[in-house]
Amino acid sequence: MRIEEMKRESEMLYAGHNACPGCGAALSVRFLTRALGSNIALVLTASCWSIIAGMPPLTALKCPILHCPFPSAGSVGSGVRRGLDAKGKHDTTVVVLAGDGGTFDIGLQALSGAAQRNEDYIFVCYDNEAYMNTGMQTSSATPFGARTNTAPYPLFKEGQKKDIMQIMAAHSIPYAATATVAFPEDLENKLKKAQEIKGFRFIHILSPCPPGWGTESGDTIHLSRLAVSTGFFPLYEIINGVSWKMTCMPEGKRVPLKEYLMGQRRFKQMEDIRIDALQEEVDHDWEMLMEKIGSSQPLK
Amino acid sequence: MAFEIMSGSQAAAVAVQRTGIDLVVAYPITPQTAIVETLANFDARGELGGEFVSVESEYAALACCYGAAAAGARVFTATASHGLAYMHEVIHWCSGARVPVVMANVNRTIGAPWCLDPDQGDSLSQRDTGWMQIYCSGAQEVLDTVMQAYLLSEELLLPCMVVFDGFYISHTYEAVDVPDEDSARAFIGPPSFEAQVKPGSPANLHGLTTGDNQVKLIRNRHEAMLRAPDLFKTINSKFAETFGRSYGVIDSVIPPGAKTVILAAGATAETVRWSLPKLDNTGFIQLRMFRPFPREEICSVLETHGVEKVVVIDRNCSTGMGGIFAQELRSAVYDLNNPPAVQDIILAGGIDLTFEMLESIIKEDKYQGQVEQIWGVDLK
Repeated sequence: MRIEEMKRESEMLYAGHNACPGCGAALSVRFLTRALGSNIALVLTASCWSIIAGMPPLTALKCPILHCPFPSAGSVGSGVRRGLDAKGKHDTTVVVLAGDGGTFDIGLQALSGAAQRNEDYIFVCYDNEAYMNTGMQTSSATPFGARTNTAPYPLFKEGQKKDIMQIMAAHSIPYAATATVAFPEDLENKLKKAQEIKGFRFIHILSPCPPGWGTESGDTIHLSRLAVSTGFFPLYEIINGVSWKMTCMPEGKRVPLKEYLMGQRRFKQMEDIRIDALQEEVDHDWEMLMEKIGSSQPLK
Repeated sequence: MAFEIMSGSQAAAVAVQRTGIDLVVAYPITPQTAIVETLANFDARGELGGEFVSVESEYAALACCYGAAAAGARVFTATASHGLAYMHEVIHWCSGARVPVVMANVNRTIGAPWCLDPDQGDSLSQRDTGWMQIYCSGAQEVLDTVMQAYLLSEELLLPCMVVFDGFYISHTYEAVDVPDEDSARAFIGPPSFEAQVKPGSPANLHGLTTGDNQVKLIRNRHEAMLRAPDLFKTINSKFAETFGRSYGVIDSVIPPGAKTVILAAGATAETVRWSLPKLDNTGFIQLRMFRPFPREEICSVLETHGVEKVVVIDRNCSTGMGGIFAQELRSAVYDLNNPPAVQDIILAGGIDLTFEMLESIIKEDKYQGQVEQIWGVDLK
């Protein structure tokens, strides 16, 4: 898809929103609203998007946005869905939007509860891999080796990034998928597919953050593409927690991870030994993913 | 109209069913469980009239109520003690967002250590959250108040907590006059408030604002809550016409010439009420509405009767200060020309109030004069 081919009239994100230049989270929501259409209600938890949405009565989006406390996104989404149903508004798509903090960390309990109940809405996590709204502090979505303001040099983020997709798959939800803004067609297709499915749907979007990651605002798409071609952030979908399928396979051999890490300030002082360790982790996760995909029977 | 034998918890649940709700969100905690179980039984029999959902925590329960009420639905949840404390952030959020949520709280001590007895510190810890709070002294009152809470809450767009003591009310069976479904629903009517989340209408609901705007919202909320006592009176006079009973924001019994009055909220109010004939020359005020605080109504009663001393029953204690109802009363009467002395009886930990305790407070010399604080354990 080329930029000029995008139909802007269906977009619900107004120009003049409060996102930083090159923000992956703003782009994610722009594509999201293009895919889902105008009959949506958005539940928004504390995150960069609390700022991007603007200061009421101003708003950055042409749909209702209901802000909610940080840990509550999964539960408030359940309430809005059930409340709209009680009012006969079954055809409105409810979307819960949370950052990685509101999904992987403080929001995990509510997310798990809603997923287990198979609540009928789409939970979208835009993952910029740290608490960016508060100024780049470590979250459990921060990759191994990254430096943050709560893990400054010579410290670094220890432990792996939490595998949220496996957690969601373990809930046997009808649909879960990863996406990035570098592949807008793939992202929009997944949202459209999710919209047609009833029950709990989870979309995990890698959303580069230029000020947090220490990158140029023009690099967001390039970096998102590298995250996919290195295998750091594979694009796939999971049906009912069991049927795993790649949707965008990197062409040829995977690009070495170092190319993705280079040029990001958060990995700038990362020692080779740790880069190797992270490469090993990515290789291992890739093999595990391929195994799952290989052993998955396509569902009817 | 028919009398049924039921517990306070069952009365709360029956009130919700009679009111007619869209959504009950449930999470169990002792001593509240009978409320959600009774509602689940209504659901199992197809008689609930709305949805019933069990969630993974009290926090989730109230957050789910928030979302549903923002979408225009009539909701209910119930909790106690640690559950209420766990909800704290969402309790604030609901009143700030002006959603009409009705919640029952069954008083229970907050740990550590674990304790099930009915200390009121759980609900009183939520005093400043912007919720209305009404304390009930028996199962009939619980049933009637839960129904009335919907009218208060939906008119003022403020959440309302209906509070009663664990075990003494939640688990005690009484004869309750239960309105039939048709007359209850005709009295309450369908939800009258407007949905905030309206598909197709862009709105940035409860997003970031400035202190300059926030102060206006806080003032609006405060002024809305100050309307509650008058609205409560109106609701109760209509309630009396339909069901033959009514309640005040306070209820008082002051015998002629009584200069000492006992003030109590919740189950202890019932103990005081029944002890009164044996306590010479003593009056009684039941504090039913705690937020907003019925300052005007209390002061009027105290002034009219020239009350010289108020003995306050506090089944709670704000550590470092004392009983919370007593503090509130001292503040309320401060501007009176002849403010009464306030004596605070602390039953923290949820300990029981007996007739013998009341008798010694009223009659023994050592408790007369300037004794501001008495620990209930010293009276036993």
